[in-house]
Amino acid sequence: MTAVAATLRSELIGLGGIVERNVYLTKRYFLWDLAFMVWTIANTLTIVFIARAVHLPAAKENRLATMLLVGAVIWAFLGIIFEFVTETVAWERWEGTIEYTFMAPVSRSMHLFGMGAFAVLYGLIRATILFFVVAAFIGIHMPVANFGAAFALLAIASFSFIGIGMMTSVLPLISPEKGAQLGFVMQGMMLVVSGVYYPVSVMPHWMQAIAKISPATYALRGDRASIVDGAGLAWANVWPLLIIAIVAMPLGLAIFKRGERYAKKHGKLKRSG
Amino acid sequence: MSSLAVPTSVTTSVHRDVPAVEVADLRKDFRRRDRRAGRFARRRMSALKGVTFTMARGECVAILGQNGSGKSTLVRLLSTLLIHDGGEARIFGHDAFRETRAIRRLVNRVSVEASFFKKMSASENLSYAARFYGMGPAQTRTAIPEILEKVGFPADRRNESMENLSRGMQQKVALARALLTSPVLLLLDEPTTGLDPRSKLEVQEFIKSVRVEHDATILLCTHDMAEAEALADRVGLLDRGELLFLEPVADVKRRYGVDTLEAAFFAATGRAFEEEQTEDDEIREVFG
Repeated sequence: MTAVAATLRSELIGLGGIVERNVYLTKRYFLWDLAFMVWTIANTLTIVFIARAVHLPAAKENRLATMLLVGAVIWAFLGIIFEFVTETVAWERWEGTIEYTFMAPVSRSMHLFGMGAFAVLYGLIRATILFFVVAAFIGIHMPVANFGAAFALLAIASFSFIGIGMMTSVLPLISPEKGAQLGFVMQGMMLVVSGVYYPVSVMPHWMQAIAKISPATYALRGDRASIVDGAGLAWANVWPLLIIAIVAMPLGLAIFKRGERYAKKHGKLKRSG
Repeated sequence: MSSLAVPTSVTTSVHRDVPAVEVADLRKDFRRRDRRAGRFARRRMSALKGVTFTMARGECVAILGQNGSGKSTLVRLLSTLLIHDGGEARIFGHDAFRETRAIRRLVNRVSVEASFFKKMSASENLSYAARFYGMGPAQTRTAIPEILEKVGFPADRRNESMENLSRGMQQKVALARALLTSPVLLLLDEPTTGLDPRSKLEVQEFIKSVRVEHDATILLCTHDMAEAEALADRVGLLDRGELLFLEPVADVKRRYGVDTLEAAFFAATGRAFEEEQTEDDEIREVFG
């Protein structure tokens, strides 16, 4: 085996290790996850029920409920990705394993991408359950929905979300006390400008300009079109997501590496649990 | 080949004709809040003040020092967890601050805190750690039970959550984790602190066997003088970031004309070894 192939194999085993560890932890914390799932469903219902309260004709009410549901599900999906990637550092610091992970011979890109890969898989499963449970509860009809296209677009958007998650995951490195919470601030800001429960056009012009560089804008727009109107995978939504991913992933990694260097310089790479 | 044998990637990056560890004028400072000088004031605190020493391959060196003397800072620097402020450190010829990837393949560490995912079992924690060193499931399936047996960990508790294990048991798993990756340099940072006498003895016996069976070079940082004397070929004294001496115990005693390492510490520093254990909590927090 050549040196390059051996290194690649070793890196992929490392990536698999991160996914494997998260599977173990998900199994151990299954009841907690179940409790959070119930909370997410309840929270989503509080939003989707708004469609019933505005007294629209049945078809329009169904359309509004679907639009709100897509927004709430993407909010939950993004929340899981940000939570996992941001907690790359925070969780390990709490458990005390952070020093062992950071002194291991696996590249930071594989480390972070492993966290992101698990987050996407886990997030997609949870988002799917959330979507169909709430749709069934409210009685939403989706006769023309193109779930394949919606799912594919969400998967494509995940790369951008991971890239941005990498940027926020540096925060607990710099500020062990409050860094993780700042990641959730970032998630909220991104969804506000992306039209999570409303069209982007209702926002002030400066917010609409920011919406253009948010991957959630294209994920929300495309998924709504696929589920409500049965639209296929539109290139107009795909190419911005690809460009944002191409920029966000290396940028996120570079920011994380800079944060890691800062933490090593100032002795912040220590346990706090 | 035994599953615990040194991987090819490790052996090929070990330069046999160079010392295992070369540290020259190594310095590390930290900036910490100085509330006495003002709300936003900071002061520079030196954790290591130009430390210089070498270690031969296969040697066991103990660095003695009180809490806050800089022992943990030295271990963190050698394990690529800190960036230095001056001087240099080389491990088997590799620059510890520039060739970090090569260093990480060669080094592993056991610290005073066992540090595991507490909900995961010993086997799962070891499996997770091993993946980062390129060990796939086929390798760990045999290597993990083998190494756990070697450290005296009961087979029927392999799948029990770490949170249910005693400190002594957890420390055995920590030793197993370090050895699983076949490091050629093992950094032990107070590995027996807080253990009951029996566990302490077991861990010390295991450290002795590691030297013989694994051809590992060991840097042991401790404040236990008896442990240092029992395990190490040479003993060094790190005091407030300065390495006062590093030589065989007999030479230390001869140099100061004393019978014990405690007396040698007093002779070298003018203070009793126990005196500073509670002197400065902040220094202890910063330097570990």
